[in-house]
Amino acid sequence: MDLTGRFHNLFISGLVSGESINVNLFQVQRSKKSPLCLFPLCVLLRLEAITMAAFLARRLIGNRSSQILGTSSSSSGAFISVARAFSSSTTPIKATLFPGDGIGPEIAESVKQVFTAADVAIDWDEHFVGTEVDPRTNSFLTWESLQSVLKHKVGLKGPMATPIGKGHRSLNLTLRKELNLYANVRPCYSLPGYKTRYDDVDLITIRENTEGEYSGLEHQVVKGVVESIKIITRKASMRVAEYAFLYAKTHGRKKVSAIHKANIMQKTDGLFLQCCDEVARKYPDIEYEKVVIDNCCMMLVKNPALFDVLVMPNLYGDIISDLCAGLVGGLGLTPSCNIGEDGIALAEAVHGSAPDIAGKNLANPTALLLSGVMMLRHLKLNKQAEQIHSAIINTIAEGKYRTADLGGTSTTTDFTKAICDHL
Amino acid sequence: MSRRSISLLKNLRNITNGSKIQTRSVTYMPRPGDGKPRPVTLIPGDGVGPLVTNAVEQVMEAMHAPVYFEPFEVHGDMKSLPEGLLDSIKKNKVCLKGGLKTPLPVGGGVSSLNVSLRKELDLFASLVNCFNLPGLASRHENVDIVVIRENTEGEYAGLEHEVVPGVVESLKVITKFCSERIAKYAFEYAYLNNRKKVTAVHKANIMKLADGLFLESCQEVAKKYPSIAYNEIIVDNCCMQLVARPEQFDVMVTPNLYGNLVANTAAGIAGGTGVMPGGNVGAEYAVFEQGASAGNVGKDTTEEQKNANPVALLLSSAMMLRHLQFPSFADRLETAVKRVISEGKCRTEDLGGNSTTQEVVNAVIANLD
Repeated sequence: MDLTGRFHNLFISGLVSGESINVNLFQVQRSKKSPLCLFPLCVLLRLEAITMAAFLARRLIGNRSSQILGTSSSSSGAFISVARAFSSSTTPIKATLFPGDGIGPEIAESVKQVFTAADVAIDWDEHFVGTEVDPRTNSFLTWESLQSVLKHKVGLKGPMATPIGKGHRSLNLTLRKELNLYANVRPCYSLPGYKTRYDDVDLITIRENTEGEYSGLEHQVVKGVVESIKIITRKASMRVAEYAFLYAKTHGRKKVSAIHKANIMQKTDGLFLQCCDEVARKYPDIEYEKVVIDNCCMMLVKNPALFDVLVMPNLYGDIISDLCAGLVGGLGLTPSCNIGEDGIALAEAVHGSAPDIAGKNLANPTALLLSGVMMLRHLKLNKQAEQIHSAIINTIAEGKYRTADLGGTSTTTDFTKAICDHL
Repeated sequence: MSRRSISLLKNLRNITNGSKIQTRSVTYMPRPGDGKPRPVTLIPGDGVGPLVTNAVEQVMEAMHAPVYFEPFEVHGDMKSLPEGLLDSIKKNKVCLKGGLKTPLPVGGGVSSLNVSLRKELDLFASLVNCFNLPGLASRHENVDIVVIRENTEGEYAGLEHEVVPGVVESLKVITKFCSERIAKYAFEYAYLNNRKKVTAVHKANIMKLADGLFLESCQEVAKKYPSIAYNEIIVDNCCMQLVARPEQFDVMVTPNLYGNLVANTAAGIAGGTGVMPGGNVGAEYAVFEQGASAGNVGKDTTEEQKNANPVALLLSSAMMLRHLQFPSFADRLETAVKRVISEGKCRTEDLGGNSTTQEVVNAVIANLD
């Protein structure tokens, strides 16, 4: 049939040219002058290549973060929902899972249990850190692990202990560089029911993840004098600024604050600020302010309600995001998600691997669970994400089942079971 | 170390007993001529600077303290420090300073005058004492932290250049000489002030060579002070711990940038930057100013309404009086200030009250005994 042939061509050209598939579909629809023409296409889909549809759907979903305000949303929306209806019922989404070290495997087990109880159709592809340096990646992370994340585009990572020493890259740094994870998003909100000194925290820190002070370029000039280079590029700063404002818009946030030290580091942080200024002009309805980092630290500890979304370069982001995590109760409760180009999202638990409680069933899986929820939201499985999120919040608020770090006496398995019961 | 710095250190001890209002019972026998008035260079500065330095001048006069001020006009947007200023400071050896506004770059690049003053005079240590003031409520109790920050190098070396359009590099320089200097100062301070623990703040897991060199210097110096406990903490963990359990920290020694952040965070948790005293000290000179740098120029509204908080600069000037070896005047000033704070009737806006600067000054003068 002519239609089949043309549609095949569209598929192939779509695979090659990414987003343009949407526009082509629209043209097909209009040329045939029949809104019902989508249905025979669906039948064809089903018969022809379901996996191809799922793959395309995931590419489209993955690219949604960059074309959420796309013009051809109506037809692509229909296409996505149709394709996803097929993909979720027949093909689970594949995601990479790095259980990590120490308490990693236990909390990863927790996450799998909760997700199964919530009927989330995810097929986990587990990878472990190797015991020796892989020369292809110059770290303990194997080439296969990296390829897996690149293929599935979505992943969840537990805590990984970087062995101390020289001669290989840190594991986190390897992931960031190889997967081009340019933004680290960490929402920090006070958990109702878990009291800390700060009750009204509700902010998101978005941190540039690839350059800045963490470029790793250091050298000894002469004995006793060391130089470390901090690099800021327009490309990376624009990328993270765009993501920050887009995130603010899609999540209904009112204000974005750019954190800097441009009064001292005039060219580097000055460039970062310029990029933020440019992006801010494109979003006139989002309030934008610039705050010097020492002011920011002080304001955060005095009155964290002043901030909403914070965007900053690498080093400041590291410090501020940990500070904010401290405000709400520590790293054991903080989710985090790394965003990469092409819609890659790697959610991770940022706490350490806690080797002293490894294997004793005492670990708190909240951070990894909340990161998993962030991953689900990225995959647009909002209903299940909301379900699991509420279950976690309610379990902690109830206070009956709490792990040792929150002041309770439950084990990991009890806590997990309580969450599953709350679903 | 020169004699001056040792006396400075010895006399810094007394501020750290934050909770009790002090009364001395020791007779101090002066040498003939000790009461001669000493000159102190005064830089009013920008924004609320003139307001708070004026407050100090008033209080000094009321106490009949043997200091007289030589004021110099310096503003943050000047291209460089004015002519006579450095000569004056080198002659007097002591300076009291309000904040200097550092303009955000508008394509140009005026370097911060605060930083260049520190570099010219080689004021290598910046000290901020953050402690809970009795009567001032804050979310954290039992805070008594001294942050000693390397002041001359690190990220503030000011060495930046554009490699190609759109790519900018900034150099962070760490030298063994400066790291050793600051580590020695920190341990001496801890030793002379009966402090139990020194914590080095770093990010050596990522910046292995640079912060690694800093840590090595600290470790070497720590070996010479076996009575003082020494530990190291990564800067992001440090900020988290400061917010969660600040009572675990005592003296903290840090490179330049982390010191800025840690000092402001510590000041924030202890009650705000408006009340924390501090100073910059070198081998030969000392400049006293508000401890933590955030907000030391103030907002425009604060300047207009004249309700800047003079407490930080008053406590810093008490430190200055000790440095000049007038401990009894320093004690009287501190006692008066702490009494005013603990009474709680006269407080400026940043502490939750609505008094003006002048009202606080009058209250302090009234409380001088």
